[in-house]
Amino acid sequence: MSDMMNSLSNMRLLEDLARKETFIHRVHPLIKLLTTVIYLAVVVSFGRYEIAGLLPLFFYPVLVLVLAELPIGPILKRILLVEPLIIGIGILNPLFDHQVIVLAGLTMSRGWITFLSIFLKGGLTVAAGLLLIATTGMDGVASAMRMLKIPRLFVLQLLLTYRYISVLMEEVTRTLRAYSLRAPQQKGIQRRVWGSLTGQLLLRTLERAERVYQAMCLRGFTGEYHAGYNSRVRAIDLIYLAGWAVFFLAARIYNIPMLIGSIITGVIK
Amino acid sequence: MSHHLTEVKDLHFIYPDGHKAVNGISFCIHHGESVGIIGANGAGKSTLLMLLMGIFFPCAGEVRVGDVEITKKTLPLIRQKLGMVFQDPDDQLFMTTVYDDVAFGPRNYKLDEKEVERRVVQALEMVGILHLKDRAPFKLSGGEKRAAAIAAVLSMQPDILVMDEPTASLDPKSRRRVMKMLQGFEHTKIITSHDLDMVFELCTRTIVIKDGKITADGPTSEILVNAELMDACGLEVPLALQNCPVCGMKKLDRHSPFN
Repeated sequence: MSDMMNSLSNMRLLEDLARKETFIHRVHPLIKLLTTVIYLAVVVSFGRYEIAGLLPLFFYPVLVLVLAELPIGPILKRILLVEPLIIGIGILNPLFDHQVIVLAGLTMSRGWITFLSIFLKGGLTVAAGLLLIATTGMDGVASAMRMLKIPRLFVLQLLLTYRYISVLMEEVTRTLRAYSLRAPQQKGIQRRVWGSLTGQLLLRTLERAERVYQAMCLRGFTGEYHAGYNSRVRAIDLIYLAGWAVFFLAARIYNIPMLIGSIITGVIK
Repeated sequence: MSHHLTEVKDLHFIYPDGHKAVNGISFCIHHGESVGIIGANGAGKSTLLMLLMGIFFPCAGEVRVGDVEITKKTLPLIRQKLGMVFQDPDDQLFMTTVYDDVAFGPRNYKLDEKEVERRVVQALEMVGILHLKDRAPFKLSGGEKRAAAIAAVLSMQPDILVMDEPTASLDPKSRRRVMKMLQGFEHTKIITSHDLDMVFELCTRTIVIKDGKITADGPTSEILVNAELMDACGLEVPLALQNCPVCGMKKLDRHSPFN
């Protein structure tokens, strides 16, 4: 019960964070979306065995996290929530890829390297997505998508699904509260009422979603979503995008850790 | 504000399951009138509001606002003139901040962002919650949510305010605040409610509905004191007009225009 309430307030946390007023929050939503897309493309473009090349890309989420004054704990918790899924995808790699390599004096199968690469890529991409929402808000992301001429149906679908989650969770909380108050001796919900409970839940949320939709229509909603972000892209926004794009491409083309290592060890002369 | 009539002519509505919710309702509401629509649960009040707002379309009869009949084509025009406040403000408040929620309507009409801001600030000032503009709607109290929902409608500058149970689930002080707020509006008001004391204070005219039909339509001061009529329609005389529970003094004797 309280878990559900926590989940609901956790979900709203990202929206709360998006209302902060920091330099990152003030960057135009379109610019933040484009930066994130370039970042994601660069992260996933790395080969299976190129772990070292990924390391400089940690700089982006860390810097955004600090500049946007976001709490590390809740963001990290959300990234870790997705990691089991990523582990599930990559865990079989060490079994299939037996080739042995020697890394810093350690002998290991290449499967472990690919697994680690998937793990890091997963973490970085999820972090970038979360940071985008926590600094822009879902409405901002949606309006940026519309500016990119993404069909309004897709944007609306995304936006309303996001809204529906909280509607559904509120109804689940109410239903579970009512159930637990009349079944004090039970742990969890009896299997025989699962069907009717889920059915009820579906009908109630549909009804509620219908009312929300009616309220939207009554205020002139015709399918186009206006979040009010018609402010122009400023020069500073373009510098922000260009700066990150150059950094990401540099990180993709040059092996920055290797270069730094070489400078330190004096190989480059 | 334009001087519109809201005209309902022989309205019929049957739900897909065969339930006849509205069964031949006709009335005319003039500009600036404050009308209470009352009736027991299931009498057809909410369905009538849905028909007025063009959420449902009648099986027979028509609804006209000014010279315009409500049809699918005229809906955008009609919805600029009529603003509806829902019974549950949570259904109406879905944006992430109060400001964005109040701005939702004006933005849909593609107003300039400066005009949107002017309207939002004006609407929030009218309901006295300008200081809450950056708060998330779900963090507001019941009274504040109601005020935000009313502001969300006012920002569209409607001629007619339609309200479904505006004082439901409010504590006495919040209820009084909402009533004072509504009293200050010059709009035509159509209010459905079970809060008959509120209807008595706010509405000059009352329409009583029973089984989808109008049972009575007249001045509130005559309708709500008619204990027989109220009883027959599953209602009660407002508490403010009932005998004093302490001294037993008959208030009806003092206030009733029939005495």
